[in-house]
Amino acid sequence: MTLSEFFHMGGYAFYVWTAYGITLVVLLINILLPMQQHHKQLNRIARRVRRQRRNL
Amino acid sequence: MIRYLHQLGSAPRFYSFSTSLLPWLSAACIVLLLAGLYGGLVMAPTDYQQGDSYRIIYIHVPSAWMSLFIYMVMAAAGVVGLVWHIKLAEIISISSAPIGAAFAFLALVTGSLWGKPMWGAWWVWDARLTSELLLLFLYLGVIALYGAIEDKRNASRAAAILALVGVVNIPIIHYSVEWWNTLHQGPTVTKFDAPSIHVSMLVPLLLMALAFKLYYAIAVLLRARCELLVRERNSAWAAELVTERVKGKS
Repeated sequence: MTLSEFFHMGGYAFYVWTAYGITLVVLLINILLPMQQHHKQLNRIARRVRRQRRNL
Repeated sequence: MIRYLHQLGSAPRFYSFSTSLLPWLSAACIVLLLAGLYGGLVMAPTDYQQGDSYRIIYIHVPSAWMSLFIYMVMAAAGVVGLVWHIKLAEIISISSAPIGAAFAFLALVTGSLWGKPMWGAWWVWDARLTSELLLLFLYLGVIALYGAIEDKRNASRAAAILALVGVVNIPIIHYSVEWWNTLHQGPTVTKFDAPSIHVSMLVPLLLMALAFKLYYAIAVLLRARCELLVRERNSAWAAELVTERVKGKS
């Protein structure tokens, strides 16, 4: 099988690659979003801790 | 054993345990995913009836399986949270909902992209498709209900009850292709006799299914870790965690 045959997918390239592309995007979003939120939450807690230390 | 589980159930233990587990899960998931994709897209032969369009099966079927599996996990964890008031179970339950919704969505979209060239229609009101759509709405309902209630303990309880009621839909989805003989094809893998799929097509499918399971484990741990940190933001261990993190950086 050549590379162009592989991308052609026997004429179903649009359907196959769209399906795989959407899956990739959705799965990545579900990893990156919680990671970003986690980072934000850690920073939020760090700010609170610093604030409390200053007020002691 | 009981003591071990109890320790794991404590918030800081769970947090550090999931953090140390994540790199291993990710590595295993990526290896399985690459092997499954190579097997499914390159090695597996072209289907004699459906041509290469059938290759959507390698994401469609694992997504559909996961949408059902995650619903059962969400409902089961919800029950544990309801009955024994275990905070971690509540968190696992609600953290599962968006991931399950994503898989239900993917099952519908990839199914649609497979249905168009094979059936000639993006969508039909077939029993399997309709019940899967209902599953997506149930997930969205659970997420919305949880978000609408301010107190997160009460929100978990309400979401768990809704999830529990929705369990009735799971056998309907599973048996829909047998009860109503409409357009969606019957099961090829989970038949009690030998599966009607060649081994060179079956192995990549199982690899992908396993990779998706690991993906769920990763995604649910990431979300649970985050939710735990939000709920316990004023605790001593959370303060300790960020202090250590700052030390580690400098």
